[in-house]
Amino acid sequence: MTGLDEHLPILQILVPLFGAILTAFTRSGVLAWTIAAIASAIAPFISAGLLMRITETGKPISYVMGSWAAPWGIEYRVDLLNAFVLLLISLIGLVSIPYARKSVATEIDSHKQPWFYTMYLLCLSGLLGIVITGDAFNAFVFLEISSLATYTLIGLGRHRRALLSAYQYLIMGTIGATFYIVGVGLLYLVTGTLNFVDLAARIGPAMQEYPRPILAALAFMTVGISLKLALFPLHVWLPNAYAYAPSFATAFLAGTATKAAIYLLIRIYFSVFAVAIPFRQLPVTEIVLVLSLAAMFIASFAAIFEQNAKRMLAYSSVAQIGYITLGIALANKMGLAGSLVHVFNHAIMKTALFFALGAMAYRTGVLSLPSLSGIGRKMPVTTAAFVVAGLGLIGVPGTAGFISKWYLALGAIEHGWTWLVFLIVLSSLLAVIYVGRFVEIAYFREPSADLAGVREPPPTMLLPLLALAFTTVYLGFDTRLTGGIATRIAEFLLGGFTS
Amino acid sequence: MSSVAPFLVFFIGAALVVGTSGILRSLVMLAIPVVGAVNLYMLPADASHVVPLLGYELELIKVDKLSLLFGYLFHLAAFLGIVFSLHVDDRVQHVSGLLYAGSALGAVFAGDLLTLFLFWELLAVTSVFLILARGTERSYGAAMRYLLIQVGSGVILLAGIAMHWTATGSTAIAQIGLQDWSSGLAGIASWLLLFAIGIKACFPLLHNWLTDAYPEATPTGTVFLSAFTTKVAVYTLARTFAGTELLVYIGAGMAMFPIFFAVIENDLRRVLAYSLINQVGFMVVGIGIGTALAVNGAVSHAFNDVIFKGLLFMSMGAVLYRTGKMNGSELGGLYKTMPWTAGFCMVGAASISAFPLFSGFVSKSMVMVAALEEHHPYVWLALLFASAGVFHHAGIKIPYFAFFAHDSGLRPKEAPLNMLIAMGLAAAICIFNGCYPWLLYSMLPNPVDYEPYTAAHVLTQTQLLFFSALAFVWLQLKGLYPPELPGINIDAEWSYRKGLPAVGRWAHKAAAAVRAEWLGVRGRIIEQVNAGIYRLHGPDGVFGRTWPTGRMAFWTTLMLGAYVILSYV
Repeated sequence: MTGLDEHLPILQILVPLFGAILTAFTRSGVLAWTIAAIASAIAPFISAGLLMRITETGKPISYVMGSWAAPWGIEYRVDLLNAFVLLLISLIGLVSIPYARKSVATEIDSHKQPWFYTMYLLCLSGLLGIVITGDAFNAFVFLEISSLATYTLIGLGRHRRALLSAYQYLIMGTIGATFYIVGVGLLYLVTGTLNFVDLAARIGPAMQEYPRPILAALAFMTVGISLKLALFPLHVWLPNAYAYAPSFATAFLAGTATKAAIYLLIRIYFSVFAVAIPFRQLPVTEIVLVLSLAAMFIASFAAIFEQNAKRMLAYSSVAQIGYITLGIALANKMGLAGSLVHVFNHAIMKTALFFALGAMAYRTGVLSLPSLSGIGRKMPVTTAAFVVAGLGLIGVPGTAGFISKWYLALGAIEHGWTWLVFLIVLSSLLAVIYVGRFVEIAYFREPSADLAGVREPPPTMLLPLLALAFTTVYLGFDTRLTGGIATRIAEFLLGGFTS
Repeated sequence: MSSVAPFLVFFIGAALVVGTSGILRSLVMLAIPVVGAVNLYMLPADASHVVPLLGYELELIKVDKLSLLFGYLFHLAAFLGIVFSLHVDDRVQHVSGLLYAGSALGAVFAGDLLTLFLFWELLAVTSVFLILARGTERSYGAAMRYLLIQVGSGVILLAGIAMHWTATGSTAIAQIGLQDWSSGLAGIASWLLLFAIGIKACFPLLHNWLTDAYPEATPTGTVFLSAFTTKVAVYTLARTFAGTELLVYIGAGMAMFPIFFAVIENDLRRVLAYSLINQVGFMVVGIGIGTALAVNGAVSHAFNDVIFKGLLFMSMGAVLYRTGKMNGSELGGLYKTMPWTAGFCMVGAASISAFPLFSGFVSKSMVMVAALEEHHPYVWLALLFASAGVFHHAGIKIPYFAFFAHDSGLRPKEAPLNMLIAMGLAAAICIFNGCYPWLLYSMLPNPVDYEPYTAAHVLTQTQLLFFSALAFVWLQLKGLYPPELPGINIDAEWSYRKGLPAVGRWAHKAAAAVRAEWLGVRGRIIEQVNAGIYRLHGPDGVFGRTWPTGRMAFWTTLMLGAYVILSYV
């Protein structure tokens, strides 16, 4: 096994990628699911192995592709930051896969199921690839792999608007990816390199000669990635994409896709640009800050008025992403740690919420809020798990969400912006309203006749949901994995900061 | 046997209640406060339970005389509330009632401000279900407003704590006191903290949540609600802001203004909600004065108020449970079929009006005497006026309109046995504390050198009460002729109001007009803001609907332009 140990970084990608190829040759949904399950089960072990090695040695792991040394060859470079996000993405994959079996079996035609799992595995390997690679262009390739797979996953939704939503996302996603690659191209023009570490070293000197292309590159990359991570006002593709995708795809993507894009933004800001040029003097952080605040409020209001439960959660995702980018814009230790903690916590909570909605859709076939009246009496465990995760979304003490907001608030105070703490808390109150609305509908209204005979989902769907709900509470108390590691990441990201 | 943090007993008990039903559940529920009280009794004076969270250490237990008194009081209140609600077959209410009582205990035994904040928020979150469980549209709206305001209070508290911590480096729950705004962070922190506590304590203009939400809760829920939230605030005030002069005037205001609203209010539980604010006003005055006698008065009055106000809410809860009605104009004559409830209600009424030998008598006057001793004659007059007002709206109006007045023709059954037992226990405590106050006095935080039953005090109080009662009876008799006409109730009410000074009458009208005007203006503002938000964010609003792809692309380009231009300039 020592030989394999060396190759953990590439195995992280290869396992799901080979799984995807294998599923493409199968014709049975069960077989495809089994392959996907095996690949998804191996991935977190690899991520955990990588994370453990880095915490032990304290040094990043560098893996050179085909013995071409960096910066000429493609380098996979795993430090604490990517190991953390890798672990998150592969864990979401792991909990999702037992859930997938029944959910996919009812929502996808049986002849399409193997393709569905192929797309899921491609998406997983693409997302893992974005996070693991140390090469700006390679990140673009993985971004496209995951995006194309995502469009397909969304397009396979049963609702007739699924195709339109997927198409709209395809257009916007392609614009985003194009913007990103334009930025990469500009950087390549002025520095002659694509490797992140190498870029960081060369942008500084290049800035003397070509400041404008570099600033333009930063703008292009920011806007391109903002589109992928759905930062207000570039979020409009997201509510429909989440609402009409198959339940499983929504839950998986909500926990992973935007998170990989957020990772890329953090990587480019803090490991590339901020190392080389006086980043804080640029207006980028101010713009991101304003947009984050707009997302926190405007999307929350939209969630309050939304009648479709999945769209409500999708808008809530946009608002929660606002918290994450807020911490990035603060660009100090606590703020950045808050962002990273919330990346993890929000992935757990939002996947749990979409799991719960998927389970309700599995039993009832409906997802408009009025038709879920009294669901709490028919599916008490599922609804209770939803409420626990919803409390996390609000940031009630004792849940993971509180930890995120606590760090963000500390970040705001560290910056000397007490008013920001008020805004953070004020927008949490909006979450009280939309979660409270669901609670009221689920528990305090009489079940409609349509819900007669509805019962809890099968254990394969219920257990992943309960595991995530439990994790939401657990991470509200034990913060070694989230807060502890995130603070360390924030420290080393800001270590090379030129202000 | 070692003891655990007091709130844990209730939280674990609540978990047990989730898993049981029927008789077993009743037994578990009754056992919880008993076990809790034993646990509290065993709690050593230096007990400590530190929980690490986020690199901070939360001190869950800190015991001294003040927290012990509130601790026993909350156990007692929880026990009465549980007995009163035993007949209810609604797990949500039981569990949230227990969690709510546990959170109150957690707050009074909190050893640092962060722990206090945690339980402060839990109080809000756990209690809202008692309002929601009523299941009406009005209660839903009231519950949401209640939750927003309560959580908001916690948020302001947290902000205050954070600033206080930054400024002083301490999160201990100790005397803070108001400081000048201009004295920097510590000054702002002290005002924020007072504001946050003031919301929960129902300072004037911050009180609307209480009169809004409490009357909308379930018959049994209000009994729980009336006991804990405001008393936790009083406890916190006594810990952190004792001797702050501003509180004397705020408290005097709190004692006076609800009287006008209480007299014109028809919903009898809302009348009690106003009188709850009025009684908390006495406590706030006591804390503001800050002398040993005054704080003793505030704390002992808090104790008595929980019991007699609980008793009054219980009797009204029983009426609501049996008749489904709560408006004074729709009730009346119930003493014929609910004699026990009527009797217990009158004990509560006598206690709140501070009749000699009833519990209000031995505690309320401590605050008033302290006001005189500290040279606040106008405050003393205000409190005297408030006492007379209490007698009118809580002492006479509540029992009179519910159980006597004109006969509404309602013939409900007597309250269920468990309700009667709870009310009986509360009534017994009211009389016991009134006749033998020394047990209560021995538990007070400061040594007691006060004798309630002096000839002068008994005489003054009896005169005050009997003369107003005489006036009431006389007017009542005159107004009752001819006896059996429709609309007599309003007549009676009108003559009853004639007993109050003309100034009072004018003030009612002015208060009602101001209130109506304010409600109208507020309603219009809220309506317009809501409509505006909906226009933008609703399903058809610009932020709620799906954009065409072209517009998304346009915004993408616009964002790029913004970044580039701002980077270049």
